[in-house]
Amino acid sequence: MSVTHVNEELVFEAPKLMTTKATHYCPGCHHGTAHRLVAEVLEEMNLPKETICIGSIGCSVFIYNYLELDTVEAPHGRAPAVATGVKRSRPDRIVFTYQGDGDLASIGLAEIMHAANRGERITIIFINNTVYGMTGGQMAPTTLIGQKTTTSPGGRTLENEGAPMKMAEIIATLGGCAYSARVALDTVPNIRKAKKAIRHAFEIQQQELGLSFVEILATCPTNWRMDAVTANKRLTEEMIPAFPLGVFVDASSEIKEGAQ
Amino acid sequence: MSEIRLLTGNEAVVRGALAAGCRCYFGYPITPQNAIPELMSQLLPEVGGQFVQAESEVASANMLLGAAATGTRAMTSSSSPGISLKQEAISYMAASHLPGVIVNMNRGGPGLGDIGSSQGDYFQATRGGGHGDYRTLVLAPASCQEAYDMMIQAFDLAFKYRNPVLLLGDAIVGQMKEPVKMWQPAPVNPAEAADWRLEGADGRESRVIMSLYLAEGALAGQNRCLMAKYERMKTEVAAETYAVEDAELIVVAYGSIGRIAKSSVRKLREQGHRVGLVRPLTLYPYPDKVLENLAAQGKKFITIEHNTGQMVEDVRLAVRHHTDSAFFGYMPGNMPASDDFMEPILKALE
Amino acid sequence: MIMSRVVFLEERCKGCLLCTLACPKKIIEQSSRFNRHGYKVVEVSDENMSKCIGCAFCATVCPDCVITVYRSKKTEKE
Repeated sequence: MSVTHVNEELVFEAPKLMTTKATHYCPGCHHGTAHRLVAEVLEEMNLPKETICIGSIGCSVFIYNYLELDTVEAPHGRAPAVATGVKRSRPDRIVFTYQGDGDLASIGLAEIMHAANRGERITIIFINNTVYGMTGGQMAPTTLIGQKTTTSPGGRTLENEGAPMKMAEIIATLGGCAYSARVALDTVPNIRKAKKAIRHAFEIQQQELGLSFVEILATCPTNWRMDAVTANKRLTEEMIPAFPLGVFVDASSEIKEGAQ
Repeated sequence: MSEIRLLTGNEAVVRGALAAGCRCYFGYPITPQNAIPELMSQLLPEVGGQFVQAESEVASANMLLGAAATGTRAMTSSSSPGISLKQEAISYMAASHLPGVIVNMNRGGPGLGDIGSSQGDYFQATRGGGHGDYRTLVLAPASCQEAYDMMIQAFDLAFKYRNPVLLLGDAIVGQMKEPVKMWQPAPVNPAEAADWRLEGADGRESRVIMSLYLAEGALAGQNRCLMAKYERMKTEVAAETYAVEDAELIVVAYGSIGRIAKSSVRKLREQGHRVGLVRPLTLYPYPDKVLENLAAQGKKFITIEHNTGQMVEDVRLAVRHHTDSAFFGYMPGNMPASDDFMEPILKALE
Repeated sequence: MIMSRVVFLEERCKGCLLCTLACPKKIIEQSSRFNRHGYKVVEVSDENMSKCIGCAFCATVCPDCVITVYRSKKTEKE
């Protein structure tokens, strides 16, 4: 008589660092995914007990409700400056900002440029979804040419509103930037690469090589006026061509690589 | 025996801050306070501190917010236009119950104004300065020694109330040189912020420092809590009084103008005129009781400022049940001397 | 023969359907049931569950930590 033993192995569960509270994010919004990747990386590196999160103003302003981390809320655009103050006063802590494209590339552009240029040993998690989400879908510095938003109703034009800013490349040119990469959350392979990049960014901080910057392409179904599946498709077909994925500087391995 | 050294007001601010245990400074160049970041950049590294010249006053104020969040004694400094740029961060610090010291060496305004002295930032300094119902403690030095002493007081008050503290100097106090006794206060209690500072949630609940209150009634609760704090702060009120007992007329003036006005009062006393002086040391909380008591004794008032009339409103508020206050505004852009105040005081005496 | 399964925390599902794209076996479907928040939750029918290979692709793309994945190995023992 054959006996079938079924030994079951847990292969995937929510990271402990994430509170069990449902998030306020819209269906299909990638903030949830990005939060989970940060939580997984910090947990795997055993860092939460020495990590300070700098929240920004935007949809992710409630990050402290979802990640069990000591968190300070920075005024809109100022997270890299607040992070500078935190890291300078506690250089022995792991410090990261979590910002959206309006927060980082528009009002906070000076702050991120100079934090990177000074080589602050902080990690920047930058979510690029091409619109201002929290305030209802206005144009952002990363809005694509032709993309309609509530403040570019006819579609963004080069002549009137300029072109989308490629932050990962821009930050990579600054001397104090030790790692700058752009990743995306549209497919399983890309999500896995995104997690590797986030992990590497925190390792760069541990090695005190300078500022580490991860630009994460994400969807905003509600303000793109799409369902989550269509929005995910747009990320693959329109955003990635406009924002090439890859590592633009990696001081740890001296790769001066262009887009993969 | 603490060392006595000839210092400018700006240098005294730095020495006082370091004596008070300040270990992070974030600043940006702007006349007339440049000696503060300059000296900080030399001295802070010597005591294991961090000096950062930020890309703007906006950034430096937010760096202060960050350092405060880890319970570190930190400060920033600037002058009028730069202080305007810091207001959002200061409002966030007040709303997030964060301690920190901000130094304003007031210069001529509005707009670019000039680099001479002025008291044109009084309203901004004493009414919060940014958005929302909040206040910062405000101290007003009139000498380099007071600049030193008040920096030490400012840090203690900031951490006592977990609130930003503003030191309102001006181009005169900042740039004149005087002997300063560099006394050393008791060392800072390293655990002064242990129960709230951010350092990583190690075996405890995570801590959040923020000021967003969307839930129903939550913001009202937060504002009531802030107002209760400002009520408690009232015990910190302080003012210098000079020859007020038998005075018919009280001159009210603060900072460098308070000091110049004291010379005018002294000269007039020598000529037999019964005048006195009240010089507020704290501008928030304002010494209104001191003025009200003097008003109740039937004394008259004249407020003298280096602007077009700001503190005079607080004086009128304080004495409103009894009398009014005359006002003399010495126009910013020029340098007042004690003789400039004689005539207005005499006129108010009639 | 590998026989695995996925468990949906239905109260957190927002019906975004990203998991249905990722599943290599195409066994995740939108159900007709609504959760407390009014979202139509996803499910895997009982007979389809046997096709699950425990790859966790669904959980990887899920923005809301709805899915827990178990992989089990059946060993035939005499």
